[in-house]
Amino acid sequence: MTTMTMAAALNAALGDALAEDGDVLLIGEDIGTLGGVFRITDGLKDRFGAERVIDSPLAESGILGTCVGMAYHGLRPVAEIQFDGFVFPAVDQIVTQVSRLHYRTGGRVRMPLTLRIPVGGGIGAVEHHSESPEAYFAHTPGLRVVTVADPQDAYSTMRAAIACDDPVILLEPKRRYWGTGEMDTSLTADLDSARVLREGRDATLVAYGPLVVTALEAAVAAEDDGIDLEVIDLRSLSPLDRDTVAASVRRTGRLVVTHEAPGSVSLASEVITAAVEDCFAHLEAAPERVTGYDVPYPPAALEEHHLPGIDRILDAVDRTLGRRSSREAA
Amino acid sequence: MLTTPSAPERDLVAGLAQPLRVLAEDGTRHPDPTLDPLLDDVDEELLRSLHLDMAVIRALDDEAVALQRQGELGLWPPLRGQEAAQIGLGRALPETDFLFTSYRENGLAWCRGVGPEEMLAVWRGTALSGWDPFAHHMATPQVIIGAQTLHAVGWAMAARAKREDALAVACFGDGAVSQGDVNEAMAFAASFHAPVLFFCQNNQYAISEPVTVQAAVPIAQRPAGFGIPALRVDGNDVLAVRAASLLAARRIRAGEGPMFLEAVTYRMGPHTTSDDPTRYRDEAELERWRRRCPLARVERHLEHLGADVEQLRAEAQRRGDEARTGLQEAVTALAAPAPESLFDNVLTTEPAHLRRQREQFRAFTASLAPEGAAS
Repeated sequence: MTTMTMAAALNAALGDALAEDGDVLLIGEDIGTLGGVFRITDGLKDRFGAERVIDSPLAESGILGTCVGMAYHGLRPVAEIQFDGFVFPAVDQIVTQVSRLHYRTGGRVRMPLTLRIPVGGGIGAVEHHSESPEAYFAHTPGLRVVTVADPQDAYSTMRAAIACDDPVILLEPKRRYWGTGEMDTSLTADLDSARVLREGRDATLVAYGPLVVTALEAAVAAEDDGIDLEVIDLRSLSPLDRDTVAASVRRTGRLVVTHEAPGSVSLASEVITAAVEDCFAHLEAAPERVTGYDVPYPPAALEEHHLPGIDRILDAVDRTLGRRSSREAA
Repeated sequence: MLTTPSAPERDLVAGLAQPLRVLAEDGTRHPDPTLDPLLDDVDEELLRSLHLDMAVIRALDDEAVALQRQGELGLWPPLRGQEAAQIGLGRALPETDFLFTSYRENGLAWCRGVGPEEMLAVWRGTALSGWDPFAHHMATPQVIIGAQTLHAVGWAMAARAKREDALAVACFGDGAVSQGDVNEAMAFAASFHAPVLFFCQNNQYAISEPVTVQAAVPIAQRPAGFGIPALRVDGNDVLAVRAASLLAARRIRAGEGPMFLEAVTYRMGPHTTSDDPTRYRDEAELERWRRRCPLARVERHLEHLGADVEQLRAEAQRRGDEARTGLQEAVTALAAPAPESLFDNVLTTEPAHLRRQREQFRAFTASLAPEGAAS
């Protein structure tokens, strides 16, 4: 076990997958010689060659469409989309091809491809570099959508995604790339499970990806007010592990869901609906969502107001507990 | 993977002024310096078999249209007029080459041994795709225009990575050349020197829009901008299409990178059985193309050669009738799949939420059963 950044853990996972399976290859813009704009693929072209770490033309639909053909022929491509906002030119191939080929061919064709997308804001970037597109993909049957939150989770989930015979969209929270943590290459992860990161009795706080760290910080801050928060990292956005959320809500009676994406028609909507369906009688208060506002991602100078932070999360927790919140201010 | 082909090979573009043709409309054989070296094996027997193949897929196509008119199929995209393009290509390639096609290539499917049930299932609505792509080395029909061209390139890149000799074929129409995916496919194929054949059947119309809305120059001129050599052939001349396909496949297999063929042809019928072509094209145009019928052309050529054409026509009729009967029987054999199969194969393993929905579906269906009925 060693301590490393999430970026290094992702790099190690890709390197180990390439080394262990000759059918794995990487493809994307600038991932080879440059090592990726976030250096996640740093050094891999030197180790494995230009045929397995492929610098592609600047064409996102092209990247995904060729991955479909590669998967058709038994390879396990790992594609990188450089930034969240650039995935949209590839949405046709993802939604009409990648997600459906297994279903439409009655299970004959498998699409064991992994699509890596650095997502989310908080890094002071320009337009189209801070989006949270997860709900588009979670809405599409036939895709697995997973997020990672720390170096260990990043390594283990990446390995599981590449090994999976389903198409997996792996969302990497770019503002957490440089956060450090312990990492053990022998630990494994599945792609279906949420994890309870912190047990608590007063309310359940659900987060994923970039906001897992924020949620844990909020839980620490809540202790000062005598509030004991349970924190769940969803990890898998599709399929959703609603059982873990329901089990927690049955204990705490209260639910707050937080993410960066706009809240309308969102993962928060889905998690709350699932909780209402699964454990309505155990809810002591209306669930709350703390999300990005329903606006296009704003200019960097405003993003701290747009992104959920500790205070907005605790404000919502207060509401679920019937305590004074900003919405009751004089 | 990134080797550069020699300059002269890369520059090959032919047929732009006039599509390459070796069989004239009156059946006379004309020399062509590009295609003639690939026509050495053409004898009366080969001509007869090409004619029979075209006759069979015309019969299949006619019968499918009739089945749609009888309400047996939801829709059908007729291929009448494009028999030479499809048989010319289909007969030129070994079965190990993998085809990625659109929805009008039922002639190619027939060449690949796709059975009548498999061919009709998607149009009868009993399956989203009717056959096993790996059993026939042919992906199932693609509806999104041009999407399959990228799949062909990816497959070709994988074949190269696996050091295989096979090539991938991307079939698409003239409308598809306006799509980003087709242009991205050419960029990827050229950059990675992928063993892929781009085969464009220019049938003059994208539903109602003439090819001039898609391209201001001959389509075969476009691949030059990607560094991909191209041939433009008379798509109603089965010998020209077959020879051009053989030439392209030979070069691609020799490591010369991708190649592009434009088969200039004409869709004699509607885009699909839902369509009314009288709204966008006139009788004079149709008559011009009737004179270019790919089957009649081979018949006239065989007549010039002194072959027994009456016997050939009888044979074509017999085989066509067999194919029609096969389709009629297939339609009645196609049943709706079990309702619960709705939930099958979304992912390779069933996730909890789908298992729950399957159980809810089962319970709801059971609740509709009359009281006292056995479950």
